[in-house]
Amino acid sequence: MNITLKNILAPWAATFAVCLTTFVVGCGGPAPATTETEEPAGSSAEAEAVASWLDEGETELLDVEKTDLVFGFIKLTDCAPIVIAKEKGFFDDEGLSVTVEAQANWKVLLDRVISGELDGAHMLSGQPIAATIGFGTEAHIITPYSLDYNGNGITVDPEVWRKMQANDPKLDTPTPPHPITADALKPVVEEYKQAEGKAFPMGMVFPVSTHNYEIRYWLAAAGINPGFYTDTDKAGFTDADVQLSVTPPPQMPATLEQGTIKGYCVGEPWNQNAVVRDIGVSVCTNYEIWKNNPEKVFGITKKWADEHPQTLLAVVKALIKAGKWLDEKNPDGSFKNREEAVKYLAMPNYVGADEEVIANSMTGTFLFQKSDRQPMPDFNVFYAYNASYPFYSDCVWFLTQMRRWGQIGETKSAEWYDEIAKKVYKPELYKEAANLLVAEGFISADEIPDTDGYKPPTTDFIDGNKYDGRDPIGYINSFEIGNKD
Amino acid sequence: MKFKYKLIKALHICGIGVFEPVVHLVTGEEPAKQIPRIGKFIVVPIVGVVAFMFAWHFAAAGLKTSYGDFPGPSQVWAAVGDLREEARVDAEKRVAFAEKKAKNLEKMQAAADKAAAAGDDEKAERWMSKAESEAGRRYSGSPTYWDQIITSLKTVFTGFLLASAIAIPLGVICGLSPIFNGMLLPYIQVFKPVSPLAWLPIVFILVNTAYATMEPAPLADKTDETAVAAYEEALEFKSGFEGWIPPAFVSSAITVALCSLWPTLTNTALGVASIEKDHINVARVLKLGTFERIFKIIIPSSLPLMFAGLRISLGVGWMVLVAADMLSQNPGLGKFVWDMFQNGSSQTMSMIMVAVFTIGFIGLLLDRIMIVLQKLVSFDTAVAA
Repeated sequence: MNITLKNILAPWAATFAVCLTTFVVGCGGPAPATTETEEPAGSSAEAEAVASWLDEGETELLDVEKTDLVFGFIKLTDCAPIVIAKEKGFFDDEGLSVTVEAQANWKVLLDRVISGELDGAHMLSGQPIAATIGFGTEAHIITPYSLDYNGNGITVDPEVWRKMQANDPKLDTPTPPHPITADALKPVVEEYKQAEGKAFPMGMVFPVSTHNYEIRYWLAAAGINPGFYTDTDKAGFTDADVQLSVTPPPQMPATLEQGTIKGYCVGEPWNQNAVVRDIGVSVCTNYEIWKNNPEKVFGITKKWADEHPQTLLAVVKALIKAGKWLDEKNPDGSFKNREEAVKYLAMPNYVGADEEVIANSMTGTFLFQKSDRQPMPDFNVFYAYNASYPFYSDCVWFLTQMRRWGQIGETKSAEWYDEIAKKVYKPELYKEAANLLVAEGFISADEIPDTDGYKPPTTDFIDGNKYDGRDPIGYINSFEIGNKD
Repeated sequence: MKFKYKLIKALHICGIGVFEPVVHLVTGEEPAKQIPRIGKFIVVPIVGVVAFMFAWHFAAAGLKTSYGDFPGPSQVWAAVGDLREEARVDAEKRVAFAEKKAKNLEKMQAAADKAAAAGDDEKAERWMSKAESEAGRRYSGSPTYWDQIITSLKTVFTGFLLASAIAIPLGVICGLSPIFNGMLLPYIQVFKPVSPLAWLPIVFILVNTAYATMEPAPLADKTDETAVAAYEEALEFKSGFEGWIPPAFVSSAITVALCSLWPTLTNTALGVASIEKDHINVARVLKLGTFERIFKIIIPSSLPLMFAGLRISLGVGWMVLVAADMLSQNPGLGKFVWDMFQNGSSQTMSMIMVAVFTIGFIGLLLDRIMIVLQKLVSFDTAVAA
């Protein structure tokens, strides 16, 4: 052990440091700014942007009803459009002062949006839908903006991974072929059930989260029953081979490490976090389960939207600009701004994970295990493929999964699915904001999709099943495991 | 000489009586006696602290967790530096925001003037109303570490004052009336050991319900202008009130109050019940009325015990606060710890250690303040621990 002067002095320094923390931080806090060369994040560029339109005097600021807003988020990289809109000054450009506040979990976040403490929030796609149809807390929540596509992964315990490798020799290499299905997991689940006499424990983040539907899809595609929700079983354990319990995303790696769960489905950076820390192996991303699947949305209450129409328009404008900024590419096809975005996200008041962990997925690659880094340019999509546009067909897909797993208890008509989609997803608000941006020259008109809200039918799923949002009943009946109408 | 004894008395009142030998030594009084005392009460603790720092430093170096190495004193010190840096960047942003706002206002004013000069009153008015909303816009950075400490202090004092306002009168009544005391005792015994984690969800729901009742009923008839105006005013009031006193703050403060009122309550009751009979007899002889008796005899003579209770209450409140902040998302030190834990970065543990020390030192400071107050109201010279 080398003892240097610094090592000896450091403990001393720390003692006094902590004594003085309060005073020093206090004095250092509100002190007037010095003329440091380092620029505070994104201030000059944004000041120029405001200057230019104000000088031209052609476009005017919207007459917002409320200037000081608070938005909630969960520490996940897909809150990026909200963070970027704030840090790059896009909210400022619209005359909005936005505070972005981390929330403890999805339930707290939703409750605070409903109670009005938060003006809006980064939400799971399923949350506005479930709240509106009354599964869980009931409230009419709408979404005018889809935050991103993809971005989730399924990670298992290294021990489970070794057993999967034993079951399928193809996987027994440092770089196994992708996508990895749950076929190799099936014997592990059965063995565990026989040995322990109970279902195989895995984690997901919320009953109506995309992760819940994705991990169920992945398991069911391999013939593993992930359990059904019924009138009396609100936890979704009925007939389960795999018991999926709720854990907040940031606690997933710790829960896996403790052995409470054997695997989980969660958003970034919590898969990469486990891989980097050697406590998990990522087996599948949701991009492989369903190519370009909808993930988070920006949710607000219908009431708030009605009371603050101009403010909402201004917010959506800023978010569209942020989404576009995030997906801008260099001529060589690499992302232009993602590294800067990673720096913002790594700040302790946002996602706060280490920069390299966030960068793993945000800059176009995904680390399945330390020996297996795969290019995955579309792992986080914020704007390309119209990812920010709220499509009705995306809403209907979530509704079909809620019906498939019993969260919607009774048979509904195809019209009902369309009706709910139109009640929750508000592309008209998106279009209005986007048109203003076209007029101001920030985006071009062809970036707004020309659609009735339903995407064409697709078979981009891990099991090749065909999804057509106009035929929800047919889709629900097409699954082997799941409720039928 | 006189000054010397005043200084020594002041040191004792402030709870730093250990420095008394230093004063004696400086004034040259019995140096042979003072040096061992200094050694025992000042040098030994310092050696202990340094030894602990070394032990921590070397123990931490060998402790690897999946979050990275366990932080030693130097990493914690580095984290303090990061927090200061964060505060500095925030201060810069604040200045940049103010500058930009002033610039925007100027431009908006100019645009309004230009429109007015061109005879477009409607456009000028629109610009003016925008300038007005720009002028009201506040800086919206994330709270710095310092802000979080302030929030925690505000919350704990609100809770503590609330607890005292309930506990002292109840305690006086309990002390005066054995019957009332007997009725209340079972509740005191049952609720005293309850953790804040049990109270908080209930408080949270009640507070949110209370805030929800401020919400005006939806309008049936939107053509009635006075009703619409009243509705909008009520909404504005609600959002203004929420901004001023956020529900999370109220939930936290009430939870702190619920957990910290018991020591004050029981101590006050004890203080009142154990007043010397002579004092009561004096009051009888003087034929004092009930209120005079309470304020002139009972409360003054029960003050020392009451303050001993208040001191314990504040300590309990500070301890409870961290848990309450964590759960109710009140942006204080508890939320800081929780957010850092959620970050799961290599800095997580050193940041939490900074918070641990901060919480400890502030707790110590609060306790010392209460000791000073307690001593000021005590007639006897008994030294509080």
